Amino acid sequence: MDSTADAPLSAAETRNLGDIAGTMIPADAALGVPGADDPVILDDIVKSLGRDLPLVRAALAAIDFTGLDRDRREAVINDYYASGAAAARALGRVILGAYYRDDRVLLALRQEARAPFPKGYTLEQGDWSLLDAVRDRPPLWRDDRKELAK
Amino acid sequence: MSGNERVDVLIIGSGASGAAVAWSLAETRMRILCLEQGDWMKSTDFPTNGRDWEARRYSDFDIFPNRRGRDTDYPVNDDNSPMKVANFNGVGGGTVIYTAHWPRMHPSDFKVKSLDGVADDWPIDYWALERFYDENDRMMGVSGLAGDPGVPPHHPPMPPIPLGKTGTHYAKAMNKLGWHWWPSDTTIATTPYEGRAQCINLGHCTPGCAQGAKASTDITYWPLALRAGVELRTRCRVREITTNEHGMAAGAIYYDADGREHFQAAEVVIVACNGVGTPRLLLNSASARFPNGLANSSGLVGRNLMLHPWPMISGYVEETLDGGRAPITNLWSKQFYETDASRGFVRGYTLQFNRGMGPANQAMTSASAGQLPWGRDHHRVYREMFEHRVGIGVACDDLPEESNRVTLDPVLKDSNGIPAPRIDYAISENTRQMMEHGIARAEEILIAAGAKRLYCSRTALNSPGHLLGTARMGTDPERSVVNEWGRCHDVKNLFIVDGSVFVTGGGVNPTSTIQAVALYIADQMKQRLANLFD
Repeated sequence: MDSTADAPLSAAETRNLGDIAGTMIPADAALGVPGADDPVILDDIVKSLGRDLPLVRAALAAIDFTGLDRDRREAVINDYYASGAAAARALGRVILGAYYRDDRVLLALRQEARAPFPKGYTLEQGDWSLLDAVRDRPPLWRDDRKELAK
Repeated sequence: MSGNERVDVLIIGSGASGAAVAWSLAETRMRILCLEQGDWMKSTDFPTNGRDWEARRYSDFDIFPNRRGRDTDYPVNDDNSPMKVANFNGVGGGTVIYTAHWPRMHPSDFKVKSLDGVADDWPIDYWALERFYDENDRMMGVSGLAGDPGVPPHHPPMPPIPLGKTGTHYAKAMNKLGWHWWPSDTTIATTPYEGRAQCINLGHCTPGCAQGAKASTDITYWPLALRAGVELRTRCRVREITTNEHGMAAGAIYYDADGREHFQAAEVVIVACNGVGTPRLLLNSASARFPNGLANSSGLVGRNLMLHPWPMISGYVEETLDGGRAPITNLWSKQFYETDASRGFVRGYTLQFNRGMGPANQAMTSASAGQLPWGRDHHRVYREMFEHRVGIGVACDDLPEESNRVTLDPVLKDSNGIPAPRIDYAISENTRQMMEHGIARAEEILIAAGAKRLYCSRTALNSPGHLLGTARMGTDPERSVVNEWGRCHDVKNLFIVDGSVFVTGGGVNPTSTIQAVALYIADQMKQRLANLFD
């Protein structure tokens, strides 16, 4: 990997990343969610690249949308991701990681837009009577003392 | 090289086993020192404190050291293995980043040769360990429900984690099939326990618990061991164990945080570095007297590595379930644990029923599985999955194979220049058949639960690589590395107490047994203090 692999994304690369992210996860007005190319989300993606920066840069270089309509762009992305390439997986991971912590996205999913700690969540007990069907069964485990004494 | 005052006992590694041994030996009033290459963890550093909590599972809290890449980690060459090594280097070791699932091995696991004609028996049995399992359950704080017909009787000190919507859904499916299930034992506190707060369902237990409800040895054993006088020195990376003219362990050479080299003399050395770190250290301790590595006259140091293949089968139901807002640990089934010759393989597996995932992890996991499309259909499909996920892990017994091993990589080194471990591992035919059987049963369960979009990952994303078997226990010095109470056959003041000593691995998460064995070895040492080296 060359020495420029760890340099911050250029403005052109960031624009390219926005195009790709917006294709991968587009806005949906009916659901009330932004796309992953939303400026706030894109900024979070760029800030979150960290150790994945070289791989994401490689992914940006591998994806060419030139002259493609929306259907073709989506096909290119889905084919590229399905290749399983490390760069493709890293691209998906950083986009999803940032997108699914955006307040608007979480609220549209009826999630609270907060960290789990310190408030936590409530877990209902569930139906413990279902265990009655299991309680009185004979032991399933083998007692080595009995078997080896035979 | 600077010198340090001689200690009676030097423990290398502060994780599951090192902490338990330190605490147990503290009552002897010997001078005990533990060297740990990592740092103390702070609950404020754990991911669930922040909005980036899910992404950090794939960075500084990844269970795989190669990706985590902290400066306290060492690299592992696992290119020649379908499974990756899971570990953590810090006070508490792997217990910091485990899922806190707490099954014990079964009595039959210790006698597989006698009962099933495969592998080897342990030189000890379940019943010798039973009181140490119980003691460890009290020390770590276990939540669960007594009366499970699938396992030997025991009494967890705290009530189980609620079934929730997800567990209730699984339970109905299992009852429909007539198969065994039971709430899992776990070291997640369901009530206040020995200074620990109870679980508040942060739901992201593996990469550290900000609430402190999950037991890790930095908050269970270590505070008590330190209070009893044990010294724990962090950021100390041991390069090798040295020996004296009598062939006894003399101490250890280590690097401090600044890279300075030290020698620590000790009367007794205890290795607690896990099933990869321990053989790495022994092999790196080769000398003229021990040219093939320390304690390796059998040639078995590093061999018989067991990693626990762990297929994960998932699906999605119509009902909205718990999602990721609760511990992932839910139920287990022992229906297929014990050998049934009609299945075409020996030994068996535990089925582990998991809850769902947080929003980002759900997306990452389903995208990785090829189930979540990119583009305009993304949102529709995602909404059919999020909080509808059910998933079953198949925890397979992984019988020992000498060809599965840890060696020293000829090229790769850690930041101190110490040769790194290399893993060569292949899944055996018996295990493959077991995996396929388990996958088929899990699919039956998910179908009975009404799940669709079934997906199987044979070596799942984030599945564990438990580290076992690489310095096995036995009575025959030609067929084992340590004796039946953990002392190396070749070096009479050198002990190994971690998962390396396992003869077989069972079909369960190993931490409970690792610690029970460590407490057992410590107890044996205490009983033999007057003639420990005879």
